[in-house]
This record gives sequence, structure tokens and C-alpha cells, in this order.
Amino acid sequence: MTTDALHPSASGAGPVWRGWRRWLFTTSHKDIGTLYLTFSLIMFFAGGILAELIRAQLIQPGMRLVEPNTFNSLVSEHGLTMIFLAIMPALVGLANWQIPLMIGAPDMALPRVNNWSFWLLPFAAILLWSGFLMAGGAPDAGWTFYAPLSTKYGPPSIDFMIFAIHLMGISSVMGALNIIVTIINLRAPSMRMMDMPLFVWSWLITAFLLLLAMPILAGVVTMVLADRHFGTSFFNAAGGGDPVLFQHLFWFFGHPEVYIMILPVFGVISEILPTFSRKPLFGRVSMIYAIAAIALLSVIVWAHHMFAVGLPVTAQLFFMYSTMLISVPTGVKVFNWTATMWRGSLTFETPMLFALGFLFLFTIGGLSGLMLADVPADYQYTRSYFVVAHLHYVLVTGSLFGIIAAVYYWLPKWTGHRIDERIGRWHFWLSLVSSNLLFFPMHFAGLSGMPRRVADYAPQFAPFNLASSIGAFIFGASQLLFVWAVIKAIRGGEPAGDRPWEGARGLEWTLPSPPPAHTFATPPSPEVVRAEGPHGYD
Amino acid sequence: MARTAIAPEEALQFNIPYGVTADSHLAWNMHMLVLAIVTAIGAGVFAVILWSLVRHRRSRKPEAARFSGSFWVEIVWTVAPVLILIGIAIPATRVLLIENAHTNPKVTVEIRGSQWKWHYSYVGLGINFFSNLAADSRGDVNPSTVAFYLRDVDHPLILPAREDVQLLITSDDVIHSWWVPELGFKRDVIPGYINRVDINIDQPGVYRGQCASLCGAGHAFMPIVVRALAPDQFQAWVKDQQATAVAQKNKAAAPWTKDLAMAAGAEVYGSICAACHQPDGKGVPGAFPALDGSPVVNGPLAAHLKIVVHGSTRNPAMAAWGKQLDNRQIAGVITYERNSWGNHTGTLVTPEQVETAR
Ligand code: HEC
Ligand code: HEM
Ligand SMILES: [Cu+2]
Ligand SMILES: [Cu+2]
Repeated sequence: MTTDALHPSASGAGPVWRGWRRWLFTTSHKDIGTLYLTFSLIMFFAGGILAELIRAQLIQPGMRLVEPNTFNSLVSEHGLTMIFLAIMPALVGLANWQIPLMIGAPDMALPRVNNWSFWLLPFAAILLWSGFLMAGGAPDAGWTFYAPLSTKYGPPSIDFMIFAIHLMGISSVMGALNIIVTIINLRAPSMRMMDMPLFVWSWLITAFLLLLAMPILAGVVTMVLADRHFGTSFFNAAGGGDPVLFQHLFWFFGHPEVYIMILPVFGVISEILPTFSRKPLFGRVSMIYAIAAIALLSVIVWAHHMFAVGLPVTAQLFFMYSTMLISVPTGVKVFNWTATMWRGSLTFETPMLFALGFLFLFTIGGLSGLMLADVPADYQYTRSYFVVAHLHYVLVTGSLFGIIAAVYYWLPKWTGHRIDERIGRWHFWLSLVSSNLLFFPMHFAGLSGMPRRVADYAPQFAPFNLASSIGAFIFGASQLLFVWAVIKAIRGGEPAGDRPWEGARGLEWTLPSPPPAHTFATPPSPEVVRAEGPHGYD
Repeated sequence: MARTAIAPEEALQFNIPYGVTADSHLAWNMHMLVLAIVTAIGAGVFAVILWSLVRHRRSRKPEAARFSGSFWVEIVWTVAPVLILIGIAIPATRVLLIENAHTNPKVTVEIRGSQWKWHYSYVGLGINFFSNLAADSRGDVNPSTVAFYLRDVDHPLILPAREDVQLLITSDDVIHSWWVPELGFKRDVIPGYINRVDINIDQPGVYRGQCASLCGAGHAFMPIVVRALAPDQFQAWVKDQQATAVAQKNKAAAPWTKDLAMAAGAEVYGSICAACHQPDGKGVPGAFPALDGSPVVNGPLAAHLKIVVHGSTRNPAMAAWGKQLDNRQIAGVITYERNSWGNHTGTLVTPEQVETAR
């Protein structure tokens, strides 16, 4: 396989664009990775500003910073932005940069599709946020936009949200196809499937999950659109439809979606912990099977979001058991990570700090998830702030910490400069303390009876909310340190060398930092692949 | 109805209440069991990680071990969690089956949620009423001056204690969720579905909760108050309510006068319309129009009747009240609106006019 066929400009045959055209027309996985990551960083801050507004409104009972409608829009746009425009693009950005480098491929298999996958996203973002300028306000039915609140009762901006979701869905599906094709076809010929790095494995499985989940979401938003404008009654009980059908369809997408946001991060952690423990990943094969098992189980647990709906008791039992079962492979992952560090030779550079933060705090989120699976108690937890605490432990201190760890880990490779460890450490410790101040009290708010998505609340919940809001302001401000660290590394610093982390293994570390525009034009030799693979420690 | 305030506000709590129904005790026990288990697992895992962080740092252990797996260890930590899960699943299944079982209820109450109030009907007893956020929590108030800010209603749900009660839960518009933590469950309130929950409250008292499912702008403002009475007191309350209902019927036979209309209107307005249009008729800018000075309220009667009876064509929040209210109530509330605050039209709307507008 030659590079030229895949990537015409690699041979110099195509035009070389400069300035803004370079970014608009690029087909390089590195440039597209950078675009994805930059976009996602902007969106994290956009969604973060909404979160800070939510927390400002909730700092004490009786606040009237925004009207209740607007509050609902803030919550909905915050959730939608963070999930679809921040976390997911960040993970695809990491995949773009890293997968070709880690499997010894010259680029993604479908570079033009790759460009298009990215460039759909800014338009989706504009559509999603345009609601703030519309009469009736931005979408306000939560990121789950349950019918009939989003159908008969939804503002006009819901139509724009639907179109935005279609665009993001197309982008994700194309991205997923590209990743699958790249991993299967462009891998260095001597790299066996079972020897692929864990990050690559986790993305391969995630990509299949995306192909399964996104079309369901596209279907359900289209049904919402039809109910809103074309006189159908899919979800309208008065017309013979069924509002609960919406929830089944939504969560058939929605639960795999939450694993889409965490599985690639599992891959990241499985790269970082061995590096800074100077020891191979413990139970590598079972780690791969665990990811596959989680992905398979994630398709049969959706109704655990619907225990309060009044499902038949047999259905509740089924979904309770299947949900509990998913904690087995998840537990295996946590235990294996722990064993990876056991009797290693540990150092605590910034990526490792964030990976450890992930390990502790994601585990807390996983354990509260096990509580939520327990139906009789879930009748109390569900729809309360306890759920908000759970989802932020897995998403913020889980996915987001993992993404931050990944960026600190690979930034020296991408920019050629070491990161400023001092900024990194401050960023970590401030984030760790403030995220717990922010999210831990939410458990208590929920247990003592505060529902989620409320614009105001009774005074007995005030102390928890005050703590959360203070935590939120510190957490938000601390993230500016991250931007500082990234910009600093881009602009200069101590040269990273090919392998800035001496314990790191993997093909990406055999390349110069930053890597030249075209890498692995010829596949790496079997010796290199072996030395950098799991058997390189032998 | 007088408020049953005992303390200026509910107390700060960190945990789920033990509650006052058999189901809530079971749920609480399950919650504490799982909480103990996950705390133990978490503590164990964290202890091992911390040990490793301290003992296996490079300054203490310059050379890493080289092992990368252990068949038996991995089998153990796959099987052990399965056993723990079975240990949780067995009691959880038992509790779930009990909670979903049905009894032979003495009293049946239909609970209808709608934006943003509850409607309680006692099946076969001829009693029904709306339950709205209490007036003192509305608008721009200082929460510390209100006894139960956002947790109080004008008409609480009255139930007998120590008797089997059946709740039939459904919605008139969007999905709500009926949640009183002391009763041990929440149940979604879904249009087109009737969810049945059987409860037996084991002690008289006042139990507070609120709507738990995002249902629009007023989601935070639809509290639930349950007042459980001893069975004989409950029977007395039922008699009293039935007597009031008869008195109202008799009043309905009385000739329709402006005073009567204004009184009937004030009651309807306070319990239903004020939730959106506000007690002072000023509405909420951007969401609910002011009725004070409104061109519809001060203009031709036909348009006013139309929007109240048939609802707004533009905004479903303004429902078709013709379905919920009788002719006298609608005539009253329209008369009230046309003659309150700064509106002085002097119109007296009659029930007959409402009938023709239907
Ligand atoms: C759930 C909130 C809500 C409740 C409760 C409610 N309304 Fe409305 N009302 C609205 C909204 C929203 C509009 C604006 C409708 C539109 O734009 O077409 C409105 C409009 C009106 C108007 C027309 C005002 C104008 O200037 O256009 C009248 C009159 C009115 N309502 C009367 C009532 C009466 C009487 C009740 C009680 C029986 C009531 N409303 C209860 C939300 C509500
Ligand atoms: C500064 C950091 C953050 C703060 C202060 C914050 C705060 C909040 C708050 C207060 C809510 C509303 C809860 C409610 O009323 O129901 C919320 C909802 C949510 N957040 Fe965050 N959050 C933060 C970061 C994130 C991130 C990074 C993600 C995603 C990865 C995220 C995902 C969500 C989701 C999915 C919801 C649910 C939205 C819904 O109910 O529809 N949040 N957040
Ligand atoms: Cu789920
Ligand atoms: Cu509600």
C-alpha cells in the first residue's frame, strides 16, 4: 500500500494550502486532530460558562438571576454542549492524532471524509446555540428532551437542536467508520490485533458502539420532528402514541452513549498508568475483553434510566440484573489498573496525576452507579441530585480528567515541547479539590430530597448548594491553567525529544517530536513494532 | 386550609429519610446495605492504591517488577464481585416484588399532574381539588421569611394513616414525577398511562415532596404535601368535604350576582391562574402575559372567553380551561379578571355566556 494512493498531497502532487485554507481543506490526521481538540476546548468553556451560570443561580434559594425558562435552557444546553460538542469531539480528536501514530499508519484511511466529519461540527454548534437568540428561548427540555415536553410543548429552537443532532450524528458515524477502516486496514502489517495498544482497542470497540447508537438517535429526533410538524403521533398519547416509547428509544441510544464517552478514556488510562509505573499493563487480554463485554452489556441496560416509569416488574428485574452485571468488567478494569501500579516504580508527572485522579474519582462514580442499579433504592435516587453527582463523577472526573491526562501525556509529542509541570500540578490539585467540593455535596442534596433540573429550591438544601457553587467557581477558574499550560507548550519550552516519558512504549514514541507532516509513509519494521508492543518488556 | 407548620423550615438532612411506609423502610434498608457494600469496596480499593502510591514510588522502589498478569488473581476478582452482586440482587429482588405488589385498598385517589399543579380526586367519595404552590412562596420573596419555601401547597393531599391506599397516577400534559421521600418512592406521571402505587402510611403526620421530572418553567414550583390523618379523623374530614360540596351545589342554585362571581373568580384565580399570571395579575415578563391592563382582558368579551375556554393556539402553557372548570367557575374568573387590579370594565359574565362559548 503506498501513501500516494491514499494521500495525494503526500507526494507533493496536490496543492499545499497555507493560512486558513490549510485548516479548511486539510486532510492530514494531525491537523484534523488539532482542529477537533481546539474546537472541543472552546466548547468546554462555552458549556462551562453555562454551568457557572447554573451554579450562580443555585448558590442560594430564592435567587432570580435568570427566569425559570431560561434556567431550563441553560441546563439543557450545558448538557448537550458538554456531551456532543466537548467530550465526543475531544475523544475523536485524540483518535485522529494518535491512532495512525500508534498503529504505524500514514494517515486515516478516508482523509476527505475525516475533514468533512470535523467541519460539520461548528455548524452544529451554531444551530444548537442559535436558540438563545430565538423567541421562546433555547431548547429547554433537558439533554434528554423527553416527549411531550419537547414535542407539543417545546419552543421553536427544538427544531434547530434536532438538525444539530443530525449533523453531529453524521459526523460521529463517519468518524467511527473512518476509525474502524483505519485500524483494520492501515495497521502496520506486523502488528497483530491482540498486540494493538489499548487506546486503539478501546476506540475500535467504541466505534462499533457509535455505529449502533447514533442511527437510533437520528431516528428518535426525526420522530420528534414529525410529531412536531407533520401531524404524526409517535409519542402523543392522545393520538394513540406512546410517550414511554420515546424513552426506550432515547436510552437505547443514551446508555451506549455514556460508554462511548468513557471507553476511549479507559484506553488512555491503560496507556498512561504503565508508562509512569514502568511496568506492563496487568492482564492486558482481560482488559480488552472487559471493554468488549462492557460494550455488549451496554446495549441491554437502557431501561435502568426508567425505573420510575412503571415498567412491568419482570422488566425492572431484568434491567437491574443486567446493570449490576456491567459492574463486573468495570471492576476488572479498576482492579487491573491497580495491579499495574502494584510493585511498579511510580513517578507522578502531570499525566499520571490526572490518571490517578481518574482512578479514584471514576471509581466513586462507578460505585454510586452500582447504588443506582439497585431498583428499590433507585425509586428514591432517580431524578434527584444524586444522579447529577453520579453523572459528573463519571463524566467530569472520569471522562474529562482522562482527556486532560491524555492531552498532557501526548502534548510533548504533538508540540515538541515538554509541559510545564508546575502549572500542571497546580491545575491538578485545584481541579481535584474543587471538583469534589463541587460534586460530592450533590449526593447529599439528592438523598435529602432535592430533584434535579430545578431553578430554585427549599432552604434545607442550601448548604449543599452553596458548597457546590463555590466548588464550581474554583473548578471553572482552575481550567484556565490548563489553557495556559497548553499554549505555553505550543509556543516553546524544553525540547521533548522523541520519548519525553522514559517509561513510555508505543510506536508514536519512535517518531520525532513534533512529528513531521507525513509519518509512517513506509510501515515500521516488525522489530520496532515488537519492541514497542506488549512483548517489548520481555 | 390552615398550614400545619411545626418548624420554620424542614431540617438539614444528609440521607434518605427512613420514612413512614413499609416500602420506604425496605427501600431505606436496601439503600443502607448497598451504601455499606460500596463504601467497603471503595475503601478496600483505595487503600490498595494508596499503599502502592506510597510504597512503590520510584524513590523507594527504583526497579519495577515485571509481572503482567496472573490467571488466578484475575479469576478471583471477576468471581468475587459476582458473588457480592448476587448478595445484593437477592434482597433487592425480594423488596422489589413486595413494592410492586397490590393490596386491597380502602381508599383510592387519582393523582393528575399538570403544568404546574396537582389535581387529587377521591374515587367514589365525590371529593376533588387542585393543589398549588402556596401563595407565600410565589414571586420575589425572601425564602427565610416563608415557613416552607417551595415545599407548601394551598390544599394538601389528605390520606388516612394505617390504611391501604391506592394511588392512580396520570398526567394531563407533560411528564411529571410524584415524589415524597417519606413514602419511599417516586413514580412518573405520564400522559396516557395510569400508574398504580399502593401505600400504607404507618403514622399520621405531614410529609413533603415535589415534582421530580423536568416539566417546564414551573418544575421547581409544584410541591407535594401529604397530610396523613388517623382513620377516624380522615372519615370526619371526608364528611366535612362532602358537606361543603353540597353547600356549594346549593350556592350554585342561587341567582348569579357580581359579588358571587367575584368571589368564585377569586378562588379559581388564586388556585389556578395565579401560578402563571401571578396573584397581582402582572404575569412574568417573557413567559406569562400580564392580565392587568391586558388588551384581551379589557377588550371584547368574546376573545377573552375564547382563550380561557379553548386555550391559546400559540402557547400550550395557556391550556383550554373549559375542560377542567365548570361554567360558573369560568364566568367567575373572567368577571374577576375584568374587574381586578387596574381593570375596571364592569362586566358581569354569566354562566350562560360561557355555555355558548364552549
Ligand atoms: C401554565 C401557565 C398558565 C396558567 C395556569 C394560566 N395561563 Fe393564561 N396564559 C398563559 C400564557 C403563556 C398566555 C399567553 C398565550 C399566548 O401567547 O397566546 C396566557 C394568556 C392568557 C390570557 C390572554 C392575555 C393576553 O393579554 O393575551 C388570558 C385572558 C388568560 N391567559 C387567562 C387565564 C386564566 C383565566 C387562567 C386560569 C383559569 C389562566 N390564564 C391560567 C399561561 C397560563
Ligand atoms: C464547571 C464544571 C461543571 C459544573 C459546575 C456543572 C454543573 C452542572 C449542573 C449544576 C447541572 C444541572 C443539574 C440539574 O439541575 O439537573 C449539570 C447538568 C449536566 N452536566 Fe454539568 N457541570 C460541569 C461540567 C460538566 C461536564 C464537563 C459535563 C460532560 C462531560 C457535564 C455534563 C452534564 C450533563 C449531561 C448534565 C445533565 C443535563 C440535563 O439534565 O439535561 N457537566 N451540570
Ligand atoms: Cu445508562
Ligand atoms: Cu411537574
